Amino acid sequence: MFKTLLKSVREYKVASILCPLVMIGEAVMEILIPFMMTYIVGQFERLAKGEIAEINVSGIALCAALMIACAVFALLCGVWGGKLAAKASCGFAHNLRQDMYDNLQKYSFSNIDNYSTSGLITRITTDVTNVQNAYQMAIRMLVRAPVLFIASIVMTLFIEPFMALIFGGAALILGIVVAFCMVRVAPHFKMMFKKYDGLNAVVQENLTAIRVVKSYVREDSEIEKMKRATGEVYKYSVKAERILTIMMPCVNLVFFAVNIVILTLGANMEIGNISGNVSPSQLQTLIQYSAQILSGVMMVAMCLNFISLSKGSMERICEVLDEKATISNPEGAITQIADGTVDFENVDFAYSEKSDKNVLSGINLHIAAGETVGIIGATGSGKSSLVSLIPRLYDVSGGIVKVGGVDVKKYDLDALRNKVAMVLQKNVLFSGSVAENLRWGDESATDEEVRLAARQACAEEFIDNLPGGFNYDLGQGGVNVSGGQKQRLCIARALLKKPKVIIFDDSTSAVDTKTDALIRESLKKHAPETTKIIIAQRISSVCDADKIIVMDEGKIVGSGNHEQLIATNDIYREIYESQLKGEAEHE
Amino acid sequence: MNKSDKKRGKGAKTPAKTLKRLLVYTFSNNKLATAFVVLFVLLASVANVTAASRVSYIVTELIDKGVNADMTGTVYPNIIAMACIYFIGSVSSFSYNIIMMYISNRTLKKMRDEMFAKMQYLPLKFFDTHTHGDTMSIYTNDVDTMRQLLTQTIPQIISSAITLIAVFVFMVIYSVTLLLVVLVMLVAVLFATKIIGGKSAKYYIKHQKALGNLNGFVEEMTEGQKVIKVFCHEDKAREQFKKLNDSLNEAGEKANANAFVLGPVNNNLGYLQYVLVALVGVLMMAFVGEKGFLSIQCSIIEAGAANRTAVLAGMLVSFLMYSRQFNMPLMQVSQQLNAIVMALAGAERIFETVDTPPEDKGGDVTLTSGKEGWAWKKPLVGGGFEYIPVKGDIRFNNVVFGYTEDKVILKNITLYAKPGQKIAFVGSTGAGKTTITNLINRFYDIQSGEITYDGLDIKSIKKDDVRRSLGVVLQDTHLFTGTVMDNIRYGRLDATDEECIKAAKLANADFFISHLPKGYQTTLKGDGANLSQGQRQLLAIARAMVSNCPVLILDEATSSIDTRTEKLIEDGMDKLMEGRTVFVIAHRLSTVRNSKAIMVLEHGEIIERGDHEQLIAQKGKYYQLYTGAFELE
Repeated sequence: MFKTLLKSVREYKVASILCPLVMIGEAVMEILIPFMMTYIVGQFERLAKGEIAEINVSGIALCAALMIACAVFALLCGVWGGKLAAKASCGFAHNLRQDMYDNLQKYSFSNIDNYSTSGLITRITTDVTNVQNAYQMAIRMLVRAPVLFIASIVMTLFIEPFMALIFGGAALILGIVVAFCMVRVAPHFKMMFKKYDGLNAVVQENLTAIRVVKSYVREDSEIEKMKRATGEVYKYSVKAERILTIMMPCVNLVFFAVNIVILTLGANMEIGNISGNVSPSQLQTLIQYSAQILSGVMMVAMCLNFISLSKGSMERICEVLDEKATISNPEGAITQIADGTVDFENVDFAYSEKSDKNVLSGINLHIAAGETVGIIGATGSGKSSLVSLIPRLYDVSGGIVKVGGVDVKKYDLDALRNKVAMVLQKNVLFSGSVAENLRWGDESATDEEVRLAARQACAEEFIDNLPGGFNYDLGQGGVNVSGGQKQRLCIARALLKKPKVIIFDDSTSAVDTKTDALIRESLKKHAPETTKIIIAQRISSVCDADKIIVMDEGKIVGSGNHEQLIATNDIYREIYESQLKGEAEHE
Repeated sequence: MNKSDKKRGKGAKTPAKTLKRLLVYTFSNNKLATAFVVLFVLLASVANVTAASRVSYIVTELIDKGVNADMTGTVYPNIIAMACIYFIGSVSSFSYNIIMMYISNRTLKKMRDEMFAKMQYLPLKFFDTHTHGDTMSIYTNDVDTMRQLLTQTIPQIISSAITLIAVFVFMVIYSVTLLLVVLVMLVAVLFATKIIGGKSAKYYIKHQKALGNLNGFVEEMTEGQKVIKVFCHEDKAREQFKKLNDSLNEAGEKANANAFVLGPVNNNLGYLQYVLVALVGVLMMAFVGEKGFLSIQCSIIEAGAANRTAVLAGMLVSFLMYSRQFNMPLMQVSQQLNAIVMALAGAERIFETVDTPPEDKGGDVTLTSGKEGWAWKKPLVGGGFEYIPVKGDIRFNNVVFGYTEDKVILKNITLYAKPGQKIAFVGSTGAGKTTITNLINRFYDIQSGEITYDGLDIKSIKKDDVRRSLGVVLQDTHLFTGTVMDNIRYGRLDATDEECIKAAKLANADFFISHLPKGYQTTLKGDGANLSQGQRQLLAIARAMVSNCPVLILDEATSSIDTRTEKLIEDGMDKLMEGRTVFVIAHRLSTVRNSKAIMVLEHGEIIERGDHEQLIAQKGKYYQLYTGAFELE
């Protein structure tokens, strides 16, 4: 896992390695400076005790100069180190995000199906931020703190070896206490994050379904739901933080205890000259070192805690990075597509390899170039799955799908998809002007071509009525136009590709029947060579097609023109009658 | 970039006001606990300072007396006293930490709960104009920024302030002159903090804005990831993402770099101060003498002191120690600067949401249900109530409406629906069909004209009660996390299991429900993501059936159900509509054909009305639509 993530460090490797080294420089100064302080204070002390009649002014001046030099060096190191840390951690996060997004763009439809939109957003933003913080902590602290710790112990050894032993013992005790707390606290935090998901779910649901909530006057019961969700978060966050709160005073107590021991022993040494010679100023220095040693232990603990907390985030990021695209360009890919013929030869298809249930089985179908083919069938009969195999959005589990007489697996993906246009059932427009959205189909399209495509999709009239016409801003997800208008824009966008095959996956459901008919007519007129495949709920949308395919439970159960199917196919007749009943009675 | 993004970039507008409000919000409900927190923080800081002065006392004692130090009389008792003080300090700091922990967690919960409760009653306009991602992040990110502020920053500020004051007093006693040196350095520290911290805050706000932009981009593009694939737009998307990612990186790096730099700068300024104090001390001792120190302490001791230089030197030792102590809290608080900036920007957004005025409750006529069915309970001027039975008579008189003031959607709509009638709206998308239903359930308020319900002005009825009397099935079906049964019961909370199953059967949903892994007890997640659009609509219909309301609104209720299934649920739908006033919006003319009245809408006007026969006879738009559809077959 770490290996996968660290691959994204790349150009920030130098900063990442340099940063801890520079930090060591700062840490060493941090250790040396108290030594000089000791000398300065020591001079005053000895003067106070009467050991010396006059202070060593030149000595103090030298010490002061040294101390300033050290402080300046520490400052430089600190500033540089801080900048390096910022550069390395932000850059690392930047690369992680980019790598995730780049890989995401390689995903096939079946890869995309594995993730929810909100899941991906969390991974790209929150999770990366968590990892960034952990990384930043690691390069700033994980080297500096141990160095501080070891150097302080060494310095203590110089002053009084016995004290070093005490510090080591205290650090050990502290380490155990902290480790114990961290182990206890981890599962609570894990639960808390889980409960956060629940809280998010309630909020999100209420944002999307606010009309339902208000219609049924369920505000109060939703508020109760939210209270339960926040209550759960509260419960686990209190559980976790309680342990952390207990930890801090424990740490303080250890620190204070060490202080008292230092003073008691120090006082005795001073008086009795037991083993060494500890002056009062050295006592103060020792206290300072003890603080540094213990805070070193704390920092390492905090770092490890941070890293372990971000483990979940790391795992989620790795999932995205490690996901191998299931469809990629073949070697020696063909970039030219002869014509719009489509063939299915013994095609079987399942969405996942593991599931033994085939969505499509034994499909054989020939569609000639320029033909109009309608596909009809109940929801879940496999219509959408069938057509999504043509632009190779998914790979077949068995059999071959051919476009222009060649297996789709042999084509360059971009070339194939540019010639096989698909208007998806769940279609989306993006923020930006109408023209910008339409140009997704062909970036180099002239204004006239854009207008023509809009006209062919019966969208020209309403676009001209929008404020600003083709420059009208559609807003996020195209919120500023109605469902039917959106569908027509999506059709125009697909038409702009000038495809050899165009597929409509129930893409006129929100367009009224008359406009629906107009669109089909204009297609027939303007794109006679384009193969048109239309999935629809309404019989009226397909009944004038050259061929109609009836699907049921993943199989083709009938094919032919309208009259033939009415005469021979029960399912088709049933659908037809259900839609016509009212009108037929009336006539 | 949308509006809320812009808001995100601004940061706190009135930091002082926001902070005050936040403090009041947090502490006003926990007055006793707050008092204890302040008490314990006080105790802890005093303990800290006194303990430190004990240390210096012991040290001075040892210095002064050397081998003759009074161990049993002075040193040991002082060490014991110090141990006690440490203990009290630790207990106090533990106490205020734990109290603060509870207060802050409770406050976060309260914030989320209250914000949510407020949000539930906001007018639909709020939801139309705010992106979901943005609102969601207030509940998580913004609320979470309070955590650090409450649990760490605020106690730290209090204790730092106390420590600062105490240390300041000691320093005044020891030497005013040297204190001036410390103060000069203090100014330098504050200045550095202001410049570096200010830069950091500025870039931090930029960073948040860039993050918001990136967030929005990912949200929009991932939602349309399949479209990107179909249009081979991957490289373009990658490029756009890179641009946003780069600017995020730039702002983030600068914000972080400044924040990281502030610590070392202040820390080393502290060392510089130490050196300066020492040097000034030495110089004064050499050239000015003790008077120059303006030391209160020395002048007290002076009289009895044998060796004045020794006293002075001892004073210097103590002063140097205090000057270190003076720096600590300053550094700690300046480290928290970013947390404060973040928390205030977050609090601003939270309060902004809470302060959005809720939709008004509507009038004072309420809905009651007794043995004779439902009735409107209308308060009379002289006291008492008038009961008007709910029949479902809805009329529009010259209603004019637009979502914004300058764009009229509905122009002078007049229509009536008598009890038990089925009224259909037909027309192209954007003609205003859904808007009419949005006015009946009072999601939006009309600009002029009048809507009456059973003869009452709809504005005189309590909004909740208007809605309670309306059953709706909307075009976009939304389900909630919970079991299938819970979702059907959403229509009426006191419905029994049997009633729910009966409704599901009528809606022809029973079949697919019983094929789910746990039947009615199957848990739905993520808006019913594991169900097809058609199945979700069937559940929504069952939900409306359970609600058993006198008036029904069906907005494209069967648009995603294939026609075979629609035929199967026809009986159920007929039963549902029986004896109820029904408003139907549908594209399939077959669905609306048997309506009592059909309104053909175009550009916000009713251009034709009548029943099917009349409209066919009129040979107008409806006729065109109808035969247009028919021709094709």
